[in-house]
Amino acid sequence: MWQQVVNSLTDGFLLGFVYGLAAMGLSLIWGVMQVINLAHGVIITSGMLATYLMFLHLGINPYLGMLLVAALGLGLGLVIYAAAVHRVISAPHLSSLLATFAVNMIILGIFNAVFGGDQNNVDYSLGSLSLGFLNITVSRLLAALGAVLFCVFLYLFLYFTRTGKAIRAVSNNREAAELMGIPSAQVLALSFGLGSLLAAVAGALIATIFPFTIFSGGPFELKSFVICVLGGLGNPLGALIGGLALGLLEGLIPIWMPTSWVPVVEFGLFVTVLVVRPSGLLGAK
Amino acid sequence: MKKWQISLVMVISVAILAIAVFAPGNGKAAGKDGKSVVIGFTASKSGKLKTEGTRQIQGFNLWMEQVNAKGGIKLADGSVVKVESREYDDESNKDRVQELYTRLINNDKADFLISPYSSGLADAAAVIAQQYKKIMITTGAASDSTYKKGYTLVYQTYTPASRYLTGAIDLLAKLDPKAKKVAIIHEKDKFSTDVVNSLKAYAERKGYQVVLFEGYDSGTTDFAAFINKIPSGTDAIMGGGHFADTSTLTRQLYEKKINAKMFAFLVAPPEPKFAELGEACLGVIGPSQWEPGVKYSPEGAKAAGLSWYGPTVKEFEEAYRKKYNNEEPSYHSAGGYAAGLILQRAIEKAGSLETDKVKKALDELKDMTFYGVVQFDNTKENHGLQIGHEMVYIQWFKNPQGKFYKEIVWPEAAASAKAFVPPAR
Repeated sequence: MWQQVVNSLTDGFLLGFVYGLAAMGLSLIWGVMQVINLAHGVIITSGMLATYLMFLHLGINPYLGMLLVAALGLGLGLVIYAAAVHRVISAPHLSSLLATFAVNMIILGIFNAVFGGDQNNVDYSLGSLSLGFLNITVSRLLAALGAVLFCVFLYLFLYFTRTGKAIRAVSNNREAAELMGIPSAQVLALSFGLGSLLAAVAGALIATIFPFTIFSGGPFELKSFVICVLGGLGNPLGALIGGLALGLLEGLIPIWMPTSWVPVVEFGLFVTVLVVRPSGLLGAK
Repeated sequence: MKKWQISLVMVISVAILAIAVFAPGNGKAAGKDGKSVVIGFTASKSGKLKTEGTRQIQGFNLWMEQVNAKGGIKLADGSVVKVESREYDDESNKDRVQELYTRLINNDKADFLISPYSSGLADAAAVIAQQYKKIMITTGAASDSTYKKGYTLVYQTYTPASRYLTGAIDLLAKLDPKAKKVAIIHEKDKFSTDVVNSLKAYAERKGYQVVLFEGYDSGTTDFAAFINKIPSGTDAIMGGGHFADTSTLTRQLYEKKINAKMFAFLVAPPEPKFAELGEACLGVIGPSQWEPGVKYSPEGAKAAGLSWYGPTVKEFEEAYRKKYNNEEPSYHSAGGYAAGLILQRAIEKAGSLETDKVKKALDELKDMTFYGVVQFDNTKENHGLQIGHEMVYIQWFKNPQGKFYKEIVWPEAAASAKAFVPPAR
């Protein structure tokens, strides 16, 4: 029994890093510009699809392809920002919510028309490692490593580069940052791009673990919301910790309960955190 | 209300009435002159059932093209009717299905109906067919429950879900007589639950021990928790659900290095796309309604005391490949063609397009076709349920060049290769 628990916890823990990475993208965008990005799910899907198509048609290793996917995510984010978000950024939240939702529907519609609802699988299996009774699939391990790597990059970028500091400054107080000569429009666009870069990379990592359809981004978007609230919206480190917590829960719950209970517990937790600690576990008081 | 407003309202009312009266006539123009029979259906040309839905319609269209090329269907009075179809995209959506079938019957004046793909959509369409007293041949729909609702005009082409995986137990007994423990992991939707409940009962009746019986929700992507639950020493792992979840489960079983003497899963294994899983697909077994390698033949029909109807397996496959860029017909395609063929046979036997006469012919139908035996239950409790058709089981093999291909391994009479135990992972 405890072997099963340890195995399931390990599986959940590793997956948690990827959840965390996806949530970080959502959290960053909220933190900087107070926009809830409802196109988050389709950006994750774009990352999955890009990885799959590059692997299938160009034979690009899915882990190396991640760099291209990152560039694609950044580009996609910039385009979405320019097309749909920039004009409504100072309008009430509902406007940006609807704008990103519209983007979501447009991209999903295009995917549906072009690729259909087929299941796609990146056939790049690396088997698993056995340590005694513990069995770890290599794809999960690499995905977790990849997620950690991107988290570290994000941290270094935000804290040690001029542009990163500008992002944090705009996040802190947009008007004051503008008065200091920081071009806020560019910084906002870049932040949106970074957020979607993280989502796309998370998608690429997920595609190496699970087969997916064009609708697969949706559930990960929902998880990202739960994680962000859990860890504190706008706090990237909180998102990572929230992701790990969710991953562990998902590993643990099915041992004793039918999987139908997973969303019940997850969203129960979501509501509880909102009630007890609205700013999240690591959020500002 | 001013005078001009009243006139405006009247003009608009008249216009609406005119549209209501004349519009339905358009769809019927060709059907009413006695020279064509209109068959209506919806197809999932978009949404999650796009692939299967499209293949089904390709099969049906091939049938229609062939019938019309031969002049049409002959009736008792010597007249020959051409076949016409009316179709809509149901977007894989239940509500759309009911709306569109009502439209097919009322506006397009369809004489007969074919179901959309999938048990859920077909079940939604069957209600409308029965309500408006139209015969519907369901295809791509295996759930048993549609035929236990007292419908009298709905006929099933597929082998029902309750007989989907029971053959795998017989195959297991043959593959390894010492096998005892079976683990069942299945999707918790209607179809898969129907399948595994019958499977469990059958396995226990045959003396097997079901060591794990767990359902997962539709849309589950992470099966690690279920796989960790499989007790060591399990001989066979069975179940699954639809393509997406089953292929994910298969892949994760492989990556977790789970060994068993048999992996038998629903729906996904017969699909050519299953080979995308690479090594993970090797040795996996799956039930299929039909495969291009099946051995139904006029001689076989004679031996079984049945009459043969329609093209041979080879003729069907060749015609299909010719029409659709050399694409291999899947069982969805064969099912679509078979639905048309069944209707054609019944209309010819009845010699009429009248619902009552065709229904009688369908009730009495017992033929062998390229698709297998077709016979419907005509008892009150299970009216329309398919009782003649049998599943075949395929297994994935690997050739020396490293390419994966499938062979029929069960039943023995139809097998093209001998089943094997998957290599240790």
